[in-house]
Amino acid sequence: MANPWVHWAVFTVIGIAFVLVMVIAAIYIERRGIAYFAARVGPNRTGPFGIFQAIADAIKVLFKEMITPAQSDKLVYWLAPAVVFAPVIMAYAVIPFQNGAVLADLNIGLLFVIAISTLSTLGVFMAGWSSGNKYSMLGAMRMVAAVVSYEIPVVLAMAGVALLAGSLSLNDIVLAQQRVPFILLQPLGFLVLFLGGCAEINRSPFDLMEADSELTAGFHTEYSGMKFAMFYLGEYGEAVLMSTIIATLFLGGWQGPVLPPWLWLLVKIVLVFFTMVWTRATLPRVRIDQLMALAWKFMFPLALINLLLSGIEVLAWPQVLPLYLIPVNLAALVILVLLWSKLYRVGGGRVEV
Amino acid sequence: MQLRTQEYVLNMGPVHPSTHGVFRMRVTLDGEVVVDLEPVFGYLHRGVEKLAEERAWGGIIPLTDRLDYVSSMSNNFAYVTAVEKLAGITVPERAEYIRVIMAELQRIAAHFVSVGSFLNDCGAYFTPFLYMYRERETIVDLFDMVCGQRLLYNYMRIGGVSQDLPDEFLPALRKTIPHLKQRFDEHDRLLKENEILIARTRGVGILPRETAISIGASGPTLRGSGVAWDIRKKDPYSIYDRFEFDIPVGEQGDSYDRYRVRMEEMRQSARIIEQAMEQIPPRGEIMADVPRVLHIPPGEVYSRIEAPTGELGFHLVSDGSIAPYRCHIRAPSLMNLTALRDMVRGWKIQDLIVIFGSIAITMGEVDR
Amino acid sequence: MLKFERYGIGIAKGMAVTLRNLFRHRVTTQYPEERLVVSRRIRGNQLIWKEDKCTGCATCAKTCPQGAIRVVTAPDEENNYTVINFEVDSGYCIACGLCVEACPYTALFLAYQYELARYRRRELVLDRDELALIEVTPSAYARPELEATLPRQDLLINRKE
Repeated sequence: MANPWVHWAVFTVIGIAFVLVMVIAAIYIERRGIAYFAARVGPNRTGPFGIFQAIADAIKVLFKEMITPAQSDKLVYWLAPAVVFAPVIMAYAVIPFQNGAVLADLNIGLLFVIAISTLSTLGVFMAGWSSGNKYSMLGAMRMVAAVVSYEIPVVLAMAGVALLAGSLSLNDIVLAQQRVPFILLQPLGFLVLFLGGCAEINRSPFDLMEADSELTAGFHTEYSGMKFAMFYLGEYGEAVLMSTIIATLFLGGWQGPVLPPWLWLLVKIVLVFFTMVWTRATLPRVRIDQLMALAWKFMFPLALINLLLSGIEVLAWPQVLPLYLIPVNLAALVILVLLWSKLYRVGGGRVEV
Repeated sequence: MQLRTQEYVLNMGPVHPSTHGVFRMRVTLDGEVVVDLEPVFGYLHRGVEKLAEERAWGGIIPLTDRLDYVSSMSNNFAYVTAVEKLAGITVPERAEYIRVIMAELQRIAAHFVSVGSFLNDCGAYFTPFLYMYRERETIVDLFDMVCGQRLLYNYMRIGGVSQDLPDEFLPALRKTIPHLKQRFDEHDRLLKENEILIARTRGVGILPRETAISIGASGPTLRGSGVAWDIRKKDPYSIYDRFEFDIPVGEQGDSYDRYRVRMEEMRQSARIIEQAMEQIPPRGEIMADVPRVLHIPPGEVYSRIEAPTGELGFHLVSDGSIAPYRCHIRAPSLMNLTALRDMVRGWKIQDLIVIFGSIAITMGEVDR
Repeated sequence: MLKFERYGIGIAKGMAVTLRNLFRHRVTTQYPEERLVVSRRIRGNQLIWKEDKCTGCATCAKTCPQGAIRVVTAPDEENNYTVINFEVDSGYCIACGLCVEACPYTALFLAYQYELARYRRRELVLDRDELALIEVTPSAYARPELEATLPRQDLLINRKE
């Protein structure tokens, strides 16, 4: 690249455009997907096949009055949506769209992604605290507890991938999957990252932070107008970001036979997001103490054992073809899941009052 | 040194996405654990019992439709059997069979609503709810064919039913019942062994046997706690003694048992409908010879049936005029609701929603 | 032998059911463009009154549980009852159909439509002139002679999967 400033400007524009378009597409896929799973038709009137529904919602929300509660902490209340939405766009700085086509090819790319995506939690807590509402506070506290608990299994699963690839840079991780995608080599890591990722971004079956049949709306009860729209877009933005991370780390990023690489990345993101929509449509919600028990007693040991196994494989059999490691890992997945479900006790329950 | 904490009162107000109908709960919470619960109802009180004193015996039937608005045929059935007992009217055979078919179809439809709402409260984002409403739609189409309305039927009359079945009713019913049985199996595959649902509802909100009997619970709430009490078997009314069916009974009395009792009851209702379809006389009178303006000699009666929510009873007092002197309705949802506070103490807010959903009340009945 | 339970098979079965339903026919009717054929006995929300058959006996008014029908009669020269006014408050009417069943001269019918609405509440009170202007098909509720003239109802059970 001749001029680094041109490179950065082009990729900034591409990144922001990509995020905004993908968020609109994600909202469309989710609404139509959940509707089709439930034997009904989703939005199909605004635009051909209803593709402009999210834009119509955004315009409607722009016209609404922004009500600020009297008892709220004004500066924090005003800043919270920005703190939630900004990290989502920032994390796209290190995602490779093609071989070498990255805004900044950091050699600690994975660490950057993890660090930045955790910042949104701070924004959520700011929103819950500054609203001055008991429902919001409950929602925000649940969120912080859940995110802190799920960081550890998620990071360990990502560390397993980094061990196999030998580098933390996302471009190198994608290049290391040229023969076999990591989902076959580390199915346990994929499972932990998928479930842990769903928990971090408040998607079903872990969406009790904004469970609208229980707590009205959780931490964003008191928000209206464009600020609420930023929370909404931030939620879908994080979902798309998590899908992108899973696609890059486990499914092979932009690699594929016939189509151009950026199209392969889009296809994989849509596939992972569709699986998230499918789990949302089917599964009921877990309770807050069951959520924590799942993180600490089920996923954390499994992620640790996964890391141990990857370390053993990399050290003991560096010359073995990756194809031979697939059955070993699949067997480990089956045995560990069966064993843990036998030993795992949910706990919690009735408290004496 | 122990940290000093404080309990706070959360008002889950009358307008809330998950309380079925207008029901208010003032919940005292310690963190997330429910310490105390005060139910406040009466937001849907319409004075049905007083209005019944001003309408003729036959004109009260539209009022009874609107009690438990989800299961309108059962309410009609309870009222007309009470009046027939008081006035000594015998109902013709074909009308009895039609009434039983309607009551059992209504039981299936009402259980679809209860279980769908319960699963919606557990968090499955509308999908099982909409599947159950889709199956309920096939039943509601049948009701529409017979009496012209989809929710509030006003179909049963004192002495029989108001209109005969049209010709295409029985063929459509013969197609609907196997379809429904297939869909019951599919719903069981969807959520019966789901680990998350079991973790959420197994052992949650246990209603012990003795408490259930002493508060006067009835219906699936009582049968979930292990008491095999069903008025269709213990105190048979109409022609229920001619049919063979089982009564599903739970073991512990938790929310999962109440959910399973409802799902199994739907299967038993389908069984009763199949037998009734075989036995119904192909032609016959559908209404007994009852004068248009009915005068009933003075007396009183208490008559009860097994409605989908429990034991629905009517206490009617007549003084010889064209309207009842007093009409009191024993609402099953209200009796089942009195156990809510003891069932919920010690559980968390999310469990409160699940337990409340598993009792499955309809506010129209609670407030009348 | 160790018995394994709750290792995720319930979740997998549930997701298979949802996937199967993804490919099934949708139940939604796109309302203004497609309308379903309603039941022949539908209790539509308007009353149809045949003036030539009505004798002013007011059985309908006595039977109505809401008191929504008002009949005003007066004797004419030959001492017969003539109906001066016959008024129905459609807003108060609950479409229960008891009046239609009670009329001994089959002068009342319920409408075969459900799409009748007005902008003002007082326009819902229909007196004899407005009732004469209504041109709606009567439904077959409590009028078995009309059943053969109306089309068959659309049933969900008959729709293809």
